[in-house]
Amino acid sequence: MKHLLSVTDLDAATATGLLDTADRLKQALLGREVRKLPTLRGRTVITMFYEDSTRTRVSFEIAGKWMSADTVNVSAKGSSVSKGESLRDTSLTLSAMGADCVIVRHPASGAAHRLAGWIDRDRATTGTHTSIVNAGDGTHEHPTQALLDAATLRDRLGGIAGRRIGIVGDVLHSRVARSNVFLLATLGAEVVLVAPPTLLPVGVDQWPARVGTELDAELPALDAVMMLRVQAERMHGSFFPSAREYAIGYGLSAERAALLPEHAVVLHPGPMVRGMEIAPSVADSASAAILAQVSNGVHVRMAVLYHLLAGAPE
Amino acid sequence: MADDRRGDPAGATSPARELLSAADVTRTIARIAHQIIEKTAGASGVVLIGIPTRGAVLAQRLADAIAEFEGSAPPVGSVDPTLYRDDLRRRPARALEDTAVPDGGLDDALVVLVDDVLMSGRTVRAALDALSDHGRPRAVQLAVLVDRGHRELPIRADDVGKNVPTARDEQILVLLSEIDGSDGVRLRRSGEDG
Amino acid sequence: MNAPDRTAGTTSADLLITNARPYGEDAVDLLVRDGVVIEIGRGLACPDGIETLDAGGHVLLPGFVDLHTHLREPGGEESEDIATGSAAAALGGYTAVFAMPNTDPVADTAVVVEHVRRRGEEVGLVDVHAVGAVTVGLGGLQMAELGTMARSRAQVRMFSDDGRCVHDPLIMRRALEYASALDVVIAQHAEDHRLTAGAQAHEGVVASRLGLAGWPATAEETIVARDCALAREAGGALHVCHVSSTRTIDVLRAAKAAGVRVSAEVTPHHLLLTDAALTSYDPVHKVNPPLRTGADTRAMREALAEGVIDVVATDHAPHATQYKDTEWAAARPGMLGLQTALSVVVLAVVEPGLLDWRGVARVLSERPAEIAGLPDHGRPIAAGEPANFALVDPDGVWRVRGATLASRASNTPYEGMRLPATVVATVLRGRLTTRSGRVAGIDAAWSGREANIDAAWSGRGAPVGARRNGEHQ
Repeated sequence: MKHLLSVTDLDAATATGLLDTADRLKQALLGREVRKLPTLRGRTVITMFYEDSTRTRVSFEIAGKWMSADTVNVSAKGSSVSKGESLRDTSLTLSAMGADCVIVRHPASGAAHRLAGWIDRDRATTGTHTSIVNAGDGTHEHPTQALLDAATLRDRLGGIAGRRIGIVGDVLHSRVARSNVFLLATLGAEVVLVAPPTLLPVGVDQWPARVGTELDAELPALDAVMMLRVQAERMHGSFFPSAREYAIGYGLSAERAALLPEHAVVLHPGPMVRGMEIAPSVADSASAAILAQVSNGVHVRMAVLYHLLAGAPE
Repeated sequence: MADDRRGDPAGATSPARELLSAADVTRTIARIAHQIIEKTAGASGVVLIGIPTRGAVLAQRLADAIAEFEGSAPPVGSVDPTLYRDDLRRRPARALEDTAVPDGGLDDALVVLVDDVLMSGRTVRAALDALSDHGRPRAVQLAVLVDRGHRELPIRADDVGKNVPTARDEQILVLLSEIDGSDGVRLRRSGEDG
Repeated sequence: MNAPDRTAGTTSADLLITNARPYGEDAVDLLVRDGVVIEIGRGLACPDGIETLDAGGHVLLPGFVDLHTHLREPGGEESEDIATGSAAAALGGYTAVFAMPNTDPVADTAVVVEHVRRRGEEVGLVDVHAVGAVTVGLGGLQMAELGTMARSRAQVRMFSDDGRCVHDPLIMRRALEYASALDVVIAQHAEDHRLTAGAQAHEGVVASRLGLAGWPATAEETIVARDCALAREAGGALHVCHVSSTRTIDVLRAAKAAGVRVSAEVTPHHLLLTDAALTSYDPVHKVNPPLRTGADTRAMREALAEGVIDVVATDHAPHATQYKDTEWAAARPGMLGLQTALSVVVLAVVEPGLLDWRGVARVLSERPAEIAGLPDHGRPIAAGEPANFALVDPDGVWRVRGATLASRASNTPYEGMRLPATVVATVLRGRLTTRSGRVAGIDAAWSGREANIDAAWSGRGAPVGARRNGEHQ
């Protein structure tokens, strides 16, 4: 594995290997006072975020630090092609400085692919090896989120193959949904998407997922339900009439959550809009794995860094 | 670890010279158990930590043998030293193995580190570093089934099942029934496995 | 730049073309004098001192006319200028091109369109016709001075806000009405921008997987339907730029059947390429309207053969590297097209048997000239007609290299592809503008003798393609 750009880079064996590594890393750090591994000593990991995301950036930063990498955070927010240096020049500069890994969050779909392309093209002349990790690109993908969701589901359900997972909400604009649909399908899960038609992409019928219309009808047969964020700007884009109507149709209320089987897990990538997407009592219930998702996030990201950086360069 | 010893499971069927039979392996483990008991006043305060994969199996066998002689087994765990290795960059990233520290932890314990084959000492060095991150043992000892020489670090084993002079290009195959279906130790020239 | 030869575009040495097959039919010789074919026949005698072109049995077509070109001058010379764009056009077999007005300043006044026209004449490789803006500054709010531009020395024949749709139906209606009195055509970039807000790619399976906001085909279809209704009432001539979607074809067919004065173009890339190319996220494939599905490309080919789509127009859109070597969303839309158009047409519609060479002449030359009202292009290959030709080797094969194309930019989506058919020579009013992939230098001595011609074809003396030798094959 040279870069992690999309979950479609991962076959089932590779994805499972990453989840196994994440489990071992969690084990290796369990109950320790010194949460530090020397594995990536002398490696430089740069997070380059063109969008705000405390959660993901900090998670990657902790992952790097716990493995003794030197982590550097570049807040690229506000910089853009129109204002100055291009993404290409920024990335090649960081690579030339010796970054072993650049973790990028960017509002443009495909930004991580482009970075990897430039770095690989550049490598022929500079000999630098820089891995790119996609930490969220536009509405395309967020592979480590899907991996941490898979790790959480595996923990809680004992496995993923054959389980039925519902993904509810703004699929159209969600990179989390895209990464999850394709990774869960690779791992053998049955995925059901539930959303208003305005928030389903044209072409969703070609995805390895079924589209359900009635959330209440799907809930009793789900092993897990993943509630997606609804961003504030969607409320004004005529995607649905009002937050209230959305909550009535697609919010996970306590009454609705009661339709889930007892073993079912509730996931949310955060940050949550309590009340609209998910009732506070559900978010804080025993079936919610939302904080487990966060802590698994660190281990999964450590696993990604381990696979990208620890071994011999490919 | 893996580079010190047997190679692949196919080794079990390759032509190789037998160094220890199944019965020898059982006897050797029992002898090491006795040595540990003698040196540690009945194995009190001992924690056995195996180096995965086969070292972890051996640690469990040693614990069982100690229980047989002493009536109770010392705590057993495993520590994967991979994350502490100094040669990670020489090969593609390898899969990690089990790390399981017993509930009582390692602080002030007499840790006996267990591995199947001792060669360069680099695996043991990595395991010692890993141990120190998990706690502060009173002392650490090393028990191995086979010492084949070629040390690259100032490390020696406290308990050795069998010393085997080898050439560098030879391989030691340690077979344990839990993993390999039968017990035994064999010597094989590198290349014989094609 | 050397002193321009103002006469380059209007006079020529005499020329004898031997062994050419007009429309791929029987071989003939053609004798040209003062830019006009004066005799066609077999075994014509070669008058002393006349320049000759041995056509080698290749296919002779009327010089191509591109209704949709971006030459970027003035204001975008880092990507293209009229000299480099003219060279690309001539190498592609074109004798006339229509330069879109989205320049800086916008071609919305007589001053700018006359500048474009004059620069085209100075370069002299191809007739450069300025397209005027429909609205001031392409702003969509106030009609530009269409009459002044039409009556200027530039004689603007076509108006368009290309790149932007004339969205306000009232403005569009008025423009069509006004245009009818001037006998000019309004070319519409049909895109309902409310339906394409933030759009980055064809709305479909590929874009949804890639997380690229969709450009729905209905955004084109609805504007075309609206404009056809407006044109029917206004009586003005409507030209639909770069049709990309299957459904638009149905709208056009119905409008034509109802007698609406509407014509339509398709780009070479919409005949050949699909959104499957987008998975690399390389913005060389970013174009507006976007690359659509395989079913759409098939529909475009059939509509072109049927005549529902009248012409192939390149939408040649050079962009310097800094505008393309970016993340997808930041990249400018558009791709080079002038030098690859013929080959793509051959690949997409000639080889599958949808068009013969007469058909190629129709879609690349005759109909475009007719739509734009050009009297001296797209004419039959016959005695008494203007000597504007493209000589095509139908069996030639070449590999596309963006770096060796004559355009200043290199954003070709066909990079590395082997394409059929090569333009062997281009003749503008009896004068060879390109030959064997080389461009005539306007200041190079022209002796009229074959032996001396090759020296003039060095490419180095040309004000165009100086960085590149224009190697083609």
